[in-house]
Amino acid sequence: MAQHDHTDHGDGQDHSGHDHPHVVDHGEGGHHQLGCGLHGHHGGDFDPGATAFHHIADANIYSVGPFGIPLPCIVYAPGEGWDFFMSSKFHYDAHGTGTHAYNGYVLDGGSIKRVDDDNFPDGLVEGVEIGHDSEGHSAMCYQDKLYPLESKSTADFGLFGGGITGFYDFSITKNVVSMLAVFLIMFFVFRAVASRYKSNPDRAPSGLQGFLEPIFVFIQDEVAKPFLGEHYLKFIPFLMSLFFFILGLNLWGQIPFLGGSNVTGNLAFTAVLAIFAFIVVNINGNKHYWEHVFWMPGVPAWVKVILTPVEALGLFIKPITLALRLFANITAGHMVIIIFVSFIFIFGKSGTVPAGAYGSSIPTVLLTMFMMAIELLVAFIQAFVFTILTTSYLGAAIEDDHAHEGAH
Amino acid sequence: MIFALADFDVIKPDFGLLFWTVVVFLLFWLLIGKFAFKPIAEALRKRETDIQDALDAADRAKAEMANLQAENDRLLAEAREEKVKILKEAKDTSTRMVNEAKDKAKEEAGKILEGARLEITNQKNAAMQEVQNEVGLMALQIAEKVLKKELAGSPEQQQYVNKLVDDIRLN
Repeated sequence: MAQHDHTDHGDGQDHSGHDHPHVVDHGEGGHHQLGCGLHGHHGGDFDPGATAFHHIADANIYSVGPFGIPLPCIVYAPGEGWDFFMSSKFHYDAHGTGTHAYNGYVLDGGSIKRVDDDNFPDGLVEGVEIGHDSEGHSAMCYQDKLYPLESKSTADFGLFGGGITGFYDFSITKNVVSMLAVFLIMFFVFRAVASRYKSNPDRAPSGLQGFLEPIFVFIQDEVAKPFLGEHYLKFIPFLMSLFFFILGLNLWGQIPFLGGSNVTGNLAFTAVLAIFAFIVVNINGNKHYWEHVFWMPGVPAWVKVILTPVEALGLFIKPITLALRLFANITAGHMVIIIFVSFIFIFGKSGTVPAGAYGSSIPTVLLTMFMMAIELLVAFIQAFVFTILTTSYLGAAIEDDHAHEGAH
Repeated sequence: MIFALADFDVIKPDFGLLFWTVVVFLLFWLLIGKFAFKPIAEALRKRETDIQDALDAADRAKAEMANLQAENDRLLAEAREEKVKILKEAKDTSTRMVNEAKDKAKEEAGKILEGARLEITNQKNAAMQEVQNEVGLMALQIAEKVLKKELAGSPEQQQYVNKLVDDIRLN
């Protein structure tokens, strides 16, 4: 069965969780053969790119060290209704590929897929084999019959290869768990800090308060006040939430052996924050701001005809760049670290050349440590950049005529 | 290719993660924003105002202190001047009193000396008179005895002797 396919997955310490031995048992360089002519996902030569894609993706399992902790699955298929169950139902292996199907859902590489065949039985079905067909599409073999698998619906409208499919996945995934964990940590930390300000208003800050106050004051004094002036206090909760939520999740994703979840490197997450930023900016936009967008004062009419579409487009380009910038930076950081770790497997030829693996491990560890130091910096920089750009858009939306004239 | 771009899942925003991100971020914003970030920002602003107020108060107190110091210095200088004046006056008074006393004493002493001198002169004159009288009488008695013996007492001679005695006294 599909147990010989462990030549994959350089376990970046950042994205670990599969600390099983990398059994070397691949055939003539080909993919491992499953039933129905399917190929196993993890056969053949080591593919660092695929490894990276797998590790940065969201999953219905939370991998902590060698343990794959099952998570609650909440799926909805139009016409069939809601299903609630734990992902342990799938009996997944270290790569998150299950051998059981449940109500027509299977687990393929950590994420839920649906059997695209109404004849497939509901309830728990054991002994399914998941792989891909000769064209690279995900498929499943059960009792020597080939079933196509469909991925969950995504909101990219086919732009990035996704789109609306037969079901929606609202599961508490690894990324959701990470968000909740960061939310809870931040909640208790900041409540404790806030209560210290309340109980000891006239004392010098100490402990946690002393650690967080400079960061808080930095965002307040270097970001909020210069752009928003006297209105800054009104927007502090939103801006601080953006900053500390992004920062917390950036850092959470870098803790080794804690799943290495890539929340801030997921377009869904960054898009939601960008949409919130878009809404907050435009709801607070004053007359002056809209005038500048749609009928720029002080320029000839024919220039206005050109400027208005550009400005209107700019309204949407701003949040799109916000979302893409954070997404690309964090995803790139995670991928680079995984690929550095992959060098061990590339030079060791997946374990067949131990000297290559041992020899490359030293520079690899050094490179990875260097990258992680950079990523620590990036975690702060990207949270800061997202916040300062949102604040600058907000500042442009709320500034009054007078301030604007002064700025020219 | 096993993993095409189709497997680059992070760029495909799935509805579940969109939904949960909205939920968790709203929780974050409403709960932490309202119950932590806002009070912290307000406490920081209050502290800033307090510090500014305290600094301003210190500046004012400093200025006041400087004023007080100047006033003190002025008072001190005045007092010092006063002291010098008083001391000078006292010295003058005492000098004058001493001089007056000295003069008086000198005058008194002069008077006493004068009186004494007068007295001495008087006493001397009186004594001289007495001595003259005594000497005259003694000379008369001597002469009387001599003349009694010689002349048996002639009044013309008595007169003549008296005349002689007067001449002596006048000399």
